[in-house]
Amino acid sequence: MHRYIPSTSAEQQELLKSIGANSIEDLFVDIPSNLRFKGDLNIGEGLSELELTKHIQELANKNESGLTCFMGAGAYDHFSPSVINHIALRQEFFTAYTPYQPEISQGTVTAIFEFQTMMSRLTGMEVTNASMYDGQTATAEAVALACENTKRSKIVVSAGLGKDTIEVIKTADETKGIEIIVAPLKDGATDIEATKALMGDDVAGLVVKSPNFFGIVEDLGALEAVAHSDKKSMFIVNTDPSSLGILKAPGEFGADVVVGEAQTLGIPMSFGGPYLGFLSVNKKLVRKIPGRVVGQSTDAEGNRAFVLTLQAREQHIRRYKATSNICSNQGLIMLMATIYMSLMGEQGLKEVATQSMQKAHYAYEKLVATGKFKPMFPGKPFFKEFALVADADVKKINEELLKSGILGGYELGKDYAEYGNGVLIAVTEKRTKEEIDELVRIMEAI
Amino acid sequence: MSKIVEGLFYSEDHDWVKVEGDVAIVGISDHAQHQLGEIVYVELPEVDDELSAGDTYGVIESVKAASDSHSPVSGKVVAINEELEDNPGAINEDPYANWVIKVELSDKAELDNLMDSKQYEGFCAE
Repeated sequence: MHRYIPSTSAEQQELLKSIGANSIEDLFVDIPSNLRFKGDLNIGEGLSELELTKHIQELANKNESGLTCFMGAGAYDHFSPSVINHIALRQEFFTAYTPYQPEISQGTVTAIFEFQTMMSRLTGMEVTNASMYDGQTATAEAVALACENTKRSKIVVSAGLGKDTIEVIKTADETKGIEIIVAPLKDGATDIEATKALMGDDVAGLVVKSPNFFGIVEDLGALEAVAHSDKKSMFIVNTDPSSLGILKAPGEFGADVVVGEAQTLGIPMSFGGPYLGFLSVNKKLVRKIPGRVVGQSTDAEGNRAFVLTLQAREQHIRRYKATSNICSNQGLIMLMATIYMSLMGEQGLKEVATQSMQKAHYAYEKLVATGKFKPMFPGKPFFKEFALVADADVKKINEELLKSGILGGYELGKDYAEYGNGVLIAVTEKRTKEEIDELVRIMEAI
Repeated sequence: MSKIVEGLFYSEDHDWVKVEGDVAIVGISDHAQHQLGEIVYVELPEVDDELSAGDTYGVIESVKAASDSHSPVSGKVVAINEELEDNPGAINEDPYANWVIKVELSDKAELDNLMDSKQYEGFCAE
């Protein structure tokens, strides 16, 4: 008997016999043999706990950690108060699987209700769902929602969403017969005139991101007018919720759907995930959104209580009619964001946004003043991230920074040939003046 | 006993149809609203949508179930009862006064496929 497989071969034989099978192989006869992997999996032999701990530690040591981070491009090094983990790691939350049965998990549904409420206030919308996997998939869900709601099969997405998000939208939505049209950028922001030309009465909506992939705050007022130039077409805004402490909420610009990545709300970067998507709409669309919504009700004794609501179409009797069959969410990460928002409050979120923006602008001015970096998109308003063109090789600069324990900016040339020797630098409230000055000193010296 | 109004056409899906000139006014029968129970949501089509008889044009959701609404006739939707979006329960109160859609008939002969009030009474009794 193996330590982690608590059945002996005699027991296995007994189990097989009771269902009329001769061997374990017999259990897989329904899978055509040409589809089955034959041979041994390349995972090596089993290890003892001691060996395994050592092995994992060795792997973990290969990661660079404790770096001073100036890289963003979708994941940001914001401060995460330690109390978040102390609450989120309580076993009632941490070990629960699909903890949505309201009669046994009021704590979780209450937290979801709070999350929905706070996200709705932040985005300026009326309803937020219980969360999505990440910002990219939330955007793909919003595209499907717009197409379903307007019964149209084309969507215009701004190149400012960034390549990864556009790829996810394509992967998720093209199979549904949706045609994705990418609107070009002009000086790093969505080209409004060109976008106008792409819209039409067969287009379900316009998707933009603000602040966009290059950090630029888009002209949402003008883009809303383009999106709504046809009365059915929808305006979908992907946003960084941490920017909404100081920027006007997309809902106030007339957005129909607001989505985004909420990793910036106190969730550690964790080498790329798990992250947290959100999707907010106005009441009119509440029955069409993917996922779950928690509503407030009363129990048999008249006490305030919370329940999952409006899920009939998604998961139960009409699942074949649903826009999306997503039936899971990021419960634990959602809880972390909820704790973060409740700790920060309105004032705290404003403080984080203000500091991030001021420090980013300080870094920008210092770097441009060296004369070795030019603004890639001069004069464009940006929040906490900005693109520069370097005289020296960006890759070399980053290698040099790494020697001093600094993770430099995102090398734009990797994914955007047209932006050649560009670097995208993100500055959060965590960065100190000394750290920024050190970054500038090293970058200038190369 | 559910109320059945004379002079209307009825479908097997328990819709009623009242013809005024070229326009068919479509609603849900008293029998259907009793079966559904408390109606909490009505999804309506858009004006100008083209429907063929049998097409799904919307959804009626009650506390018990969510069911598709099928058009009993073919034609273009010329009006929708937007009041139902805010007050879907109006159908429970008076299913014959609170119509759902108005369709400009493209083929009046289709009305022959529907039942009259007597036939519908028998149909409901089965």
